[in-house]
Amino acid sequence: MAFIDAFRNRYQAEIDGIKAAGLFKEERYIHSPQRSEIEVEFPIGSKIKKCINICANNYLGLSSHPEVIAAAHAGLDSRGYGMSSVRFICGTQDIHRELENRLTEFLGTEDTLLFPSCMDANGGFFEACLNEQDVMIADRLVHASIVDGMRLCKAMQDTFKHSDMGHLEEKLQEHMDKRSRMIITDGVFSMDGDMAKLDEIVELAEKYDAMVFLDDSHASGFIGRTGRGTHEHCGVLGKIDVITTTLGKALGGASGGCVSGRRELVEMCRQRARPFLFSNSVAPVIVAGALKVLELITATTERRDKLEWNAKYWRGLLKDAGFDIKEGESPIVPVMLYDAKLAQDFARDLFAEGVYAIGFFFPVVPKGQARIRTQLSAAHEKHHLDFAIEAFKRVGEKHGVLGLGKKELLARAGA
Amino acid sequence: MDEITKLVRDYVIREYLEEGDEREITETTPLISGGIVDSFSMVSLKRFLEKKCNIQIPDASATPDAFDTVQKIVALVHKFQKAQTVAV
Repeated sequence: MAFIDAFRNRYQAEIDGIKAAGLFKEERYIHSPQRSEIEVEFPIGSKIKKCINICANNYLGLSSHPEVIAAAHAGLDSRGYGMSSVRFICGTQDIHRELENRLTEFLGTEDTLLFPSCMDANGGFFEACLNEQDVMIADRLVHASIVDGMRLCKAMQDTFKHSDMGHLEEKLQEHMDKRSRMIITDGVFSMDGDMAKLDEIVELAEKYDAMVFLDDSHASGFIGRTGRGTHEHCGVLGKIDVITTTLGKALGGASGGCVSGRRELVEMCRQRARPFLFSNSVAPVIVAGALKVLELITATTERRDKLEWNAKYWRGLLKDAGFDIKEGESPIVPVMLYDAKLAQDFARDLFAEGVYAIGFFFPVVPKGQARIRTQLSAAHEKHHLDFAIEAFKRVGEKHGVLGLGKKELLARAGA
Repeated sequence: MDEITKLVRDYVIREYLEEGDEREITETTPLISGGIVDSFSMVSLKRFLEKKCNIQIPDASATPDAFDTVQKIVALVHKFQKAQTVAV
């Protein structure tokens, strides 16, 4: 052991620096299952408080659904707890392949490969499928896991302005000398809640012989008429070459992710993607739960329909109350405050009022774009949202932000 | 403002600022540490400079620090223009 004082002091100084910059993150302990009403211990050691949860990725309210829990129990009993092996040694069960087949059908693709998480799917895909002869052209607001995956890949990296199709076309023209071009985008952007213009992206991809990569983690299960995702919403089912998505949000919320798409690309991942090759796959209990989730959401669109209603209702409540929100159709509804300290104070005051939401600020969002990100769930009932808006109004009034637009909010923050 | 400074500044504004972004870009505005240019987008800036100024910037010299302001980028361009002249 050689964790000498100099090492300890160095790390402590860095942690102090994070605190001084106001970027220190603290966990809140939840003493209940994940649902719309949760019991929270925060700060650590304080009395447990009941809250309305308005910041989970539990879009379809399936994280604690009784049928999903029962299926997970049955999976635990029939297939055991762990595999103690990566997929290629002795870590693949029949139900892993069954889930991959169900996901392929659901997403409308050719094949699917499970990964321990979507972070791993994004981390492993690019290096497995592209090299220095190729170029990756990513929307500037793609998820951090895509950025990490691109960094691990030798292909040329380029970006286009967020959802700017003119800029994307310029980039495609610029890279016609490359062997292949891959356009990379999120389906629903996690911080703004807006959707990629996938129909236009596909059109450009066809014009310039480019592949399309879509991370649909904030869409799978509920965006589109039957919840297939952003590609269904934009009318381009079957035209996306690679979709990565997660089982950790709407699709049960436990963990796990996948690469789904053209069979050759999926096979390249099976042969070469390092997070797939060097890590255990999703545990049997989660696979069994996810199979039940897919069964539930293909049987009826009731949950995604309710989510859609909730999102529309919540957007209306916020607008009527005088909040500055990011327009959109998704269940991600950012309440813009612009100032980092205000976002933190606002979230703290909401918690005191019994509403659990989080302030997001640089580096998670650009400087001067601080916000409270609210997320709707099919598990929310109307009375939850009516309760939450009253809390938002009281806190909004306390901080004097109701009825203010961007310029006034920035001026108020002294920016 | 010399020609290269103008070239770099105009490119930064056109390439990295979104429509409606009214931030002023001066010769000393922090671009990378200020969150205006991310490390990926730096690649297109490097390629633009190489093409427009007819130079080669080795990857080792294309550091986030060397690209952090218009002033530093211009200094980098001058350095490699000179290096190229000497090499010729």
